[in-house]
Amino acid sequence: MDAAPSLKAARGAAPRAPEPRTRLVRLLDREGALLEDADFSPWVADVDAEQLRGLYRSMALARRFDEEATNLQRQGQLVLWAPLRGQEAAQVGSVRALRPDDHVFPTYREHAVAIERGVAAAELLGVFRGHAAGGWKPSEHHMNVYSIVLGSQVPHATGYAMGVAMDRRAAEAEGREVEPTAVIAYFGDGTSTQGEVHEGMVFAASYDAPVVFFVQNNQWAISVPFSTQSRVPLAERAAGYGFEGVRVDGNDVLGVLAVTRWAMDRARRGEGPVLVEAETYRLGAHTTADDPTKYRDREDERRWAQLDPLVRLEAHLRTRHGTGDAFFEDVARAAQDYADEARATVLSLSPPRFEQFFDTVYAEPHPLVEEERAWYRDYVAGFADASPDGQDPPADGAPDDDGAPAAPGAPTAGLTVAADPDRPAEGTASGTEEDLA
Amino acid sequence: MTEPTTLTLGRAVNSGLRRAMEEDPKVLLMGEDIGSLGGVYRVTEGLKKDFGAHRVLDTPLGEAGIVGTAVGLALRGYRPVCEIQFDGFTFPAFNQITTQLAKMHNRTAGDVSVPVTIRIPYGGLIGSVEHHSESPEAYFAHTAGLRILTPSSPQDAYWMTQQAIACEDPVIVLEPKRRYWLKGEVDTGRPGTDPFSAQVLRPGEDATVVAWGPLVPVALAAAEAAAEDGRSVEVIDLRSLSPVDFDTLEDSVRRTGRMVVAHEAPTFGGLGGEIAARLTERAFYALEAPVLRVGAFHLPYPVAAVEDQYVPDLDRILEALDRSFAY
Ligand SMILES: Cc1ncc(C[n+]2csc(CCOP(=O)(O)OP(=O)(O)O)c2C)c(N)n1
Repeated sequence: MDAAPSLKAARGAAPRAPEPRTRLVRLLDREGALLEDADFSPWVADVDAEQLRGLYRSMALARRFDEEATNLQRQGQLVLWAPLRGQEAAQVGSVRALRPDDHVFPTYREHAVAIERGVAAAELLGVFRGHAAGGWKPSEHHMNVYSIVLGSQVPHATGYAMGVAMDRRAAEAEGREVEPTAVIAYFGDGTSTQGEVHEGMVFAASYDAPVVFFVQNNQWAISVPFSTQSRVPLAERAAGYGFEGVRVDGNDVLGVLAVTRWAMDRARRGEGPVLVEAETYRLGAHTTADDPTKYRDREDERRWAQLDPLVRLEAHLRTRHGTGDAFFEDVARAAQDYADEARATVLSLSPPRFEQFFDTVYAEPHPLVEEERAWYRDYVAGFADASPDGQDPPADGAPDDDGAPAAPGAPTAGLTVAADPDRPAEGTASGTEEDLA
Repeated sequence: MTEPTTLTLGRAVNSGLRRAMEEDPKVLLMGEDIGSLGGVYRVTEGLKKDFGAHRVLDTPLGEAGIVGTAVGLALRGYRPVCEIQFDGFTFPAFNQITTQLAKMHNRTAGDVSVPVTIRIPYGGLIGSVEHHSESPEAYFAHTAGLRILTPSSPQDAYWMTQQAIACEDPVIVLEPKRRYWLKGEVDTGRPGTDPFSAQVLRPGEDATVVAWGPLVPVALAAAEAAAEDGRSVEVIDLRSLSPVDFDTLEDSVRRTGRMVVAHEAPTFGGLGGEIAARLTERAFYALEAPVLRVGAFHLPYPVAAVEDQYVPDLDRILEALDRSFAY
């Protein structure tokens, strides 16, 4: 340790993280060759070529869907999009480790997770089109809605898991059999700094809650690098809470699957929480309102692009399992179909009726909401001449005369389309909101 | 039939919690020091002994953790009742309360509800140090999705506690801590009145004083004093701060023509302003004077030695009545 901090350090040069003590789990090497891991290989011993191809298909589908959503945003059809490109293995590998009634608490970039949980493209894109706050029914998918206030969902996951443990104790006391379940909370490296994440972890440890904290360390918050968030790999923090932490190569779908299966199984067995840190990289922009050229160097991006999770699995499938072009072409077609369908669905969505938002503020009747709803109805009725059907008054985002939905929301309407979706030109996409807030 | 018993307000909350826990095994209590100690105000005393540590959780020390995990527990089908130790310590959980708890039902388009109750001992004049005497109701009343109740009597405390827990919406119960030792009759056999209604506690003809929680006895005393001057003052206990029962207030002011709203929170930006504005809209021509507000000053809650100058008292309510009558 230096006796006194250097001037450079004092001026705020990015601190360098010390070498990680936690080993990195990896089951597929960067060329796609299989690696043996005494602890984790057994967890994927059953994964045959067919299952591997299934994982590839999901990743490819998510990638193509993500590209389409990015394009839709560029065309003014979505108000914002948070691309997942580069994080397909972390998401698909982890969600495939879940059982149907394990419960998911996501952040806002878990599109591959959502698709795997059966969330329809229209439900998901409705959120980013400015049509719905949440988009889907948590009760149908065992997955809560996206969380925009960073870290808020982490104590929710812990609380839900505390409830799972309580249910289990109650069942045992009554001699009933229960299917063990667990909970998974997703969040990013930047979010790991939030106080609520810390509180969620302390509570999880205190109550031995069956919850897996799954961090996708994609190296960046918006423009702030991981080195500003933490001096140690996040997995190492788990020891401080008194539970297991594992670092896994987040671009290795097989490694992520193995580690998450292990972690969820442990949690389901009542052995407490686990923190999984999947080391990955966000290949694109933070959101369509972000401009990574302002803070990230090309070299870093090029290096990580070579570690593309899809390329790695493709290499493995080709060399080890003899999977040929026909399969990859088939997947590409299916992904294109899915994207086309998503696009068509989005374009067919019309804005929700404003009045429906009065319905769900409270679960029980509320006089103020009723009073304001009645006022609104009267007010709208006063526009009867302007709007023959007596419906909502014409407003931004309402259907045009021909019934086609107008660009949702003023800020993005009329923006020029950037040539490269991952590389917005200055003054285009970044001219709206700086981030998801 | 059960006989009415005399209880302090704090004990009445305790009895209300006990009954809610007996009736529904999904009701859990969570908070700091609420178990063996029974809470810093002993409101939860004895409940851990009788219901067990799995129903009365002495949580780690983190308010966002308490409310955040309560949201998760509610999503799993439980009905958590969180105790925040003191009003000033609600703010670390402010995010969970306003952006998560209040909005989850709406964000899921009604698919899930989060019936979480948050009990907060609030208000001043207990001679404590800073952050122990705040009246944060306006912050929460401003947030759609929350309901706010505040009892002023043991009878109300007993029932409101249970009504809040039974409500499918999140409810904040502000407990007037300086009234925890206030004694009154509790009739456990007589069902509670609609918690979201205001109650006329003392009828009157010349002016209306609206108060809630800790200021209700003060308002009653002010009406008593005014009567000696020949003024007949109606006193209304607002009880529910969100939603507000404007119908009862309007009905009263249409009869009396004058209204004073008294609360402990600072006047500026407080609920009194909302009530004044609404009643001006609803009963302008019935008013003989503007609706006046009595509240605390735009100062941080002061040190204990001078707090009695800060919190409105009987004389400040009388002064406002004088001003109202001077119009
Ligand atoms: C409480 C809060 N603060 C700030 C923001 C604005 N914001 C949105 S995303 C983001 C960065 C998040 O980084 P990270 O957790 O690493 O996740 P990533 O986006 O990289 O997946 C910020 C600062 C927010 N949504 N919530």
